[in-house]
This record gives sequence, C-alpha cells and structure tokens, in this order.
Amino acid sequence: MNAADFVYLTMGVALVIYVLSAGADFGAGVWDLLARGSKGATQRKAIEHAIAPIWEANHVWMIFIIVVMFTAFPRAFAVVSTAFHIPLTLVLIGIVLRGAAFVFRAYGLTPDATRERYGRVFAWASAITPVFLGWVLAGMSSGAVVYEGKVMTSGYVAGWTTPYAMAVGAFALTLFAMLAAVYMTLETEGETQDDFRKRALITELVAAPIALVTFLLAPKALKDNFTQSAWFEAVQVATAVAASTAIGALVRRRYWLARACAMTQVTLIVVGWGLAMRGDFVLGVVGVHNSGTQAVTLPLLIGITLGGSVLLVPSLVVLFRAFKGARA
Amino acid sequence: MDLLAARGQMAMSLGFHILFAVAGIAMPALMAIAEWRHLKTGDALYLELAKRWAKGTAILFAVGAVSGTVLSFELGLLWPTFMEHAGPIIGMPFSLEGFAFFLEAIFIGIYLYGWNKMGPRLHLWTGVIVAFCGAMSGIFVVAVNAWMNAPTGFTLVDGELTDIHPMHVFLSPAFPSQASHMTFAAYSAIGVLAAGIHAFALLRTPGSRFHTLALKIALTMAVVAIPLQLFTGDLAGKHIARDQPVKLAAAEAHFYTEQGASLSIGGYADMDAKERKLALEIPYALSILATNDPHATVRGLEEFPESDWPPVNVVHFAFQIMVGCGSAMFALVLWVIAAKLLKKDVTTQRLFLKACVAASPLGMIAIEAGWTVTEVGRQPWIVHGFMRTADAVTPMPGLIVPFLTFTVLYLVLGVIVIALLRAHVFKAQELG
Repeated sequence: MNAADFVYLTMGVALVIYVLSAGADFGAGVWDLLARGSKGATQRKAIEHAIAPIWEANHVWMIFIIVVMFTAFPRAFAVVSTAFHIPLTLVLIGIVLRGAAFVFRAYGLTPDATRERYGRVFAWASAITPVFLGWVLAGMSSGAVVYEGKVMTSGYVAGWTTPYAMAVGAFALTLFAMLAAVYMTLETEGETQDDFRKRALITELVAAPIALVTFLLAPKALKDNFTQSAWFEAVQVATAVAASTAIGALVRRRYWLARACAMTQVTLIVVGWGLAMRGDFVLGVVGVHNSGTQAVTLPLLIGITLGGSVLLVPSLVVLFRAFKGARA
Repeated sequence: MDLLAARGQMAMSLGFHILFAVAGIAMPALMAIAEWRHLKTGDALYLELAKRWAKGTAILFAVGAVSGTVLSFELGLLWPTFMEHAGPIIGMPFSLEGFAFFLEAIFIGIYLYGWNKMGPRLHLWTGVIVAFCGAMSGIFVVAVNAWMNAPTGFTLVDGELTDIHPMHVFLSPAFPSQASHMTFAAYSAIGVLAAGIHAFALLRTPGSRFHTLALKIALTMAVVAIPLQLFTGDLAGKHIARDQPVKLAAAEAHFYTEQGASLSIGGYADMDAKERKLALEIPYALSILATNDPHATVRGLEEFPESDWPPVNVVHFAFQIMVGCGSAMFALVLWVIAAKLLKKDVTTQRLFLKACVAASPLGMIAIEAGWTVTEVGRQPWIVHGFMRTADAVTPMPGLIVPFLTFTVLYLVLGVIVIALLRAHVFKAQELG
C-alpha cells in the first residue's frame, strides 16, 4: 500500500465515522418527524437532548473528507463537484436548514409555536438530506459519468436520477433512521425506550429488502467489482450476521449489543461499497491513481492527520464520555 | 452571465459566512473573559453574562458552521478548475483549519452543555480552547486567501503547477498582514457590536449592573483590538503597495504614477477621463502609507494593462468605507481612553452610550468592505498573476438558480438570527 492508498483508506474510515455519527443525527430527525401526540413530545425532547452537544462535531467529519479529497485528489474533487453539482447543492441546502433550524429550536427564546415550526424544518431537512446524499454516492458509483478528454459529456443528471440512485437514497435514509433508533434505546427509559426499540426493529426489517433491491439495481460494473472481490463472501456473511444479531438483541432488549451490531452492520455496508469502488471516486473516471495527486502533499497530509489526531481523539473521547457515557 | 452568477454566489456566501465566522472567533473570547471574571470575583452576574453570551455564541457558531460547509463545497461546485490545480497547495492550510475547527466544534459542545459536568476551572479552560481554536481556524483560512493574493511555493509549467511546496503557503508575503488584520478585525467588530447592544440596553434600563459589566468587557476588547487593527492595516497597505500595486491603485483610484503621491478621501474614479474626481487630497499621505517615505513613487493604474484592472470604483468605494468605519471606531476608543484619564465613568454618559449604539455595526461593515477590497481588488485573477477567474469557473449552466436559492435562504436565516438575538437581549434586560 502506498501513501495515496493510505489516504484513500483514511477517507473511507472518516466516511464510516461520519455515517455512524452524523448519519444517526440525520436519522434522529426522521423520528422527530414521525413523533406524534404526548408520547411524541417526550421522544422529541429525548432526541434533542441526545444530539445537541455532539451534532456539530459529528458534522465536521464531512468537512474533513472534503478537505482531504481536494488536497490529495484534486481532480477527483473537481469531477465530483462538477458531475454532481445539483444533488450536492441539495445536500448543502439540507445541511444548512437542518443545522440552523436545530439551534433556532434549541435556543428558541421564542414562543412555542415558532419553536415548533423550526422543529418541523429540522425534521424535514434531516429526513430528506440522507436521500440526496445517497443520490451523490449512487452517482459516484454509477459508471454513468463520461469524460472525453477534459470535457464532461454525460451532462449534469447522469448517474443520480436512476432507479438505482433512488434505491441508494432510500437505503441511506433507512440505515440512518435505524442507527438513530438503536442509539436512542440507550438514551431513554421505560415506555420511550420501548418506542425506539420498536422503531429500531421495524427499520432493521425494512432495511433488508431495500438492501436487496439496491443490490439488484446496482450497475453491472459495480456489482462485478463487488462479487469478484476476495472479501465478497466474508463481507456479505458478516453483514447478515451483524444484522440478525442486532435484531435478536433488540428483541431480547440487550441494547448495548444491539448498538454494537447495528454499527458493525452499517460499517460493513460502507466497506462493501468501498470494495466495489476499487479505489475509484467516480467509477471508471477518477480514482486514487489518476486524480492529479501531487506526491509531495501526501506525507504532509498524513503528518497533519496523525498530529491532529493526537489532539482530536482525546477531545472526542472527552466529548462522548461527558455526554454519552453510562452515567450521562 | 454564469461567471457573474458564480461570482455573485461566492461573494454572497462569503459575505454571509464571514459575519458568523467573526462571531465564532471573538464571542468565545467574550464568554471566557466573563467566566474568568466570575471565578476571580465570585460575582454571579458575570456567570449569568457568560451563559448569555454562550447562548448567542451557540446560535452564531452553528450558522457559521453550516455556511462554512457550503463554502468548502462551493470551491468545487463553482471553481473546479481552480481546485484541480490549487487544491494540493491550499489543502494544507485547509487541513490545519479542519482540525482547529474540529476542536472548536468539540469543545463548544463540551462548554455549552458541560456547566454541571466538571469543575469551574476546567470548564473555563474548555472556553479558552474554543476561543483559541476559533482564532486559529480563522488564521488558517486567511492563509488560503493570502496565497491567492500573493501566490508562492510552485512553478508554473504549461499551465500546470509543478515543484509544489505546500507549506510555503505560509510564506506568502500577504499572510502576516492579512491574518493579523483579519483576526483583530474580528475582536474589533465584535467588541463594538457587543458594546453597542449593551449600551442600548443601558439606555433603556439605566444603571443595570448586568449590562454595565457586559459593556465594560466589550469596550475593553475594542480598546485593545482597534489600535492594533490600525497598525495591521498599515502593514497590509505596505504589503499591497509592494506585491499587489494594482489593488492599491484601484483602492485609491490612483491612475498615474507619482512621486510624493497624495491620499484621496472620498471622490470617485472617472473611468472615461481616467482621473480621480471630487476627492479630498492629503499631500504625500499615500506615499507614506505605501512606504513610510513621503517622496516615494506610487505606481498608478496606467502602468498596468486595462484588462488586468479590477472594477476601480467598487474597490475605491469599499476601501473608503473600510477606512471611514475604522476611523470612527478609533475615535470611540479615544473617547474611552480620554474618559479613563479624566477618571470619568463612560458607562453612565448617555451621549457615550448613544455613540456606542451608533458605532455598533461599523466593525461588521468595515469587514464586508475590507473583503470587497481584497477580493474584488484581485480581479480579474483568482490566483493573482496565474489563473483568471473566468478560466476557473464550472461549465455548469444556469448558475443563476443556485445563486438566487442561496441568497433567499441566507436572507431568511439572517432575519431569523437577528430576531432571535433581539429576543435574547431583551430577555437579558429583565435582569435589571
């Protein structure tokens, strides 16, 4: 493995952390949206309490990925942001509305009716942004983007408006919502805990057929990459085991185990996608080895990342222990 | 048309984000100072003040974080060709900024929600870290802009950047003056803004101890930062005179190379006649500003091809506005210092309080104007001397649509933030 592969892998790790942390923050918005009645008010409060201290830190993983991408793989960044200009813009609008509405509600200082309106915006933006994010990921893995020389000839809607992209959008949303529900079982007690347990079970069960449909709709090149990978069977089996163990743990109310399994399951799904991408950012167009990497940047970037981690990792530990520890 | 829309979207996004970024730098300093005063004096009002400023910080920081995310994507969405070539170089300061911002986001979470989870001293330290990381991330981002103004660390061969030294970004001659000028701008602007808000409250509820304490902390920040801001502004002037002479010539609407050039106040550039009109001229002052030597030569626009000129009047007006706001803020500082020397309490003078209210937006206006000078003044280049903005823009058609969308979105957010902060301040009044 050379330095470029290492940086690509680092981005993959950051993507997994983003999905497990910020993804769940988005997913929590789905449950805010679906919360009803007096039980709903309790659920909403629990959700707000759970994500308020951490959502901004979780969000920064996305910025980390973007910055690493344009530093190490500048051409890939240019291609991705040109080909997927429209869905990326939708993602951004979602991120702005979600974040702004959340703090407007949290620090309301306004009458309850207004706060409720911000709550609606937060919930809707949270629920729809993962779909747009899924479209972008689907587009990157579609193989539909075509460059002739330096000119993109496939247009601005290639790859992210297909049935496959719709399935990836739905899959991303389901997984995020599932993660959120599983996490919330550890943030709540009694009846509310049971509500989230039910939601977690339902989304786990819904995720399976959506996963199958997504796989069937996936473009041939991507599917071939995946099925021919040496790790294919292992990843498939491990994902299935993690998902069924998570379901079993939820049924038996073993929430810590359920959370570990759900996180493993989602991690493996991202890993599977990464294996199928085979070092590409936009399948068949730009990857690790043709993204205009300036070799001199890589050791610097790795150095900054490792050096930064020395400060970052303990800080994250402090944050999560303060608000997500057993005594929080 | 699409180029114009792209530039419009970038300018609007930056212009919006910078207000919140500045708050993200200086507000944590205010709240940490208030908390420090509380630990020092035991006065509960300081604690209340720290908590209220922290709440304001939380709202402003969150909007800054999401609008900053938009910007990091817009670099690629609007200027993919720029990023394809410059990404590896500007990626270094952006990576460092990423970590500084990450730490800021982590510790602001700990600070805001950790009041009861740790000892008071430790809690204060988390606030100090937020303030420090905020300033550092601002400095790293400005390093990128300084590089665009005065690029270093590469060789251009056939339109490709080669022989790259990414860390040389920090050797850009624009970096020291720009970074210090922006950092002190943040403290100056937030200092006068906070002072104005609490002065307004004091006018309505005279004698309120809460607002008097707040006003004193805010004024202290302004009194320290604003003179330093004038000094760093002078450094910046000397830098652009040497390395970006077109920008200085445009800022001054200075068409013809002169020895012992005079500084213009007001006026406009008559682009047909190629001369400055209706300006008040201060003899030798421009030469002094540029080099400290009253008889030095200052190059005029005539020395450069017209195709390399920025829009002269835009840069000129923006420069005038920035300098005007800065001077007015400095006058306020002199007032505070004079009162201190005469042992008078300014916080009870109604006239002074009114002056604070009037001055409150000046820092933010100066920041917007200053960025207009540096950004519009660099046109038609995106990387000064190496890449033109028109060559960097995305091929994506219909850019007017995202431009208008983000404009409307940010307008709405801006209105809501102002309404929320208003409610926040008026609620604070009940404390008396």
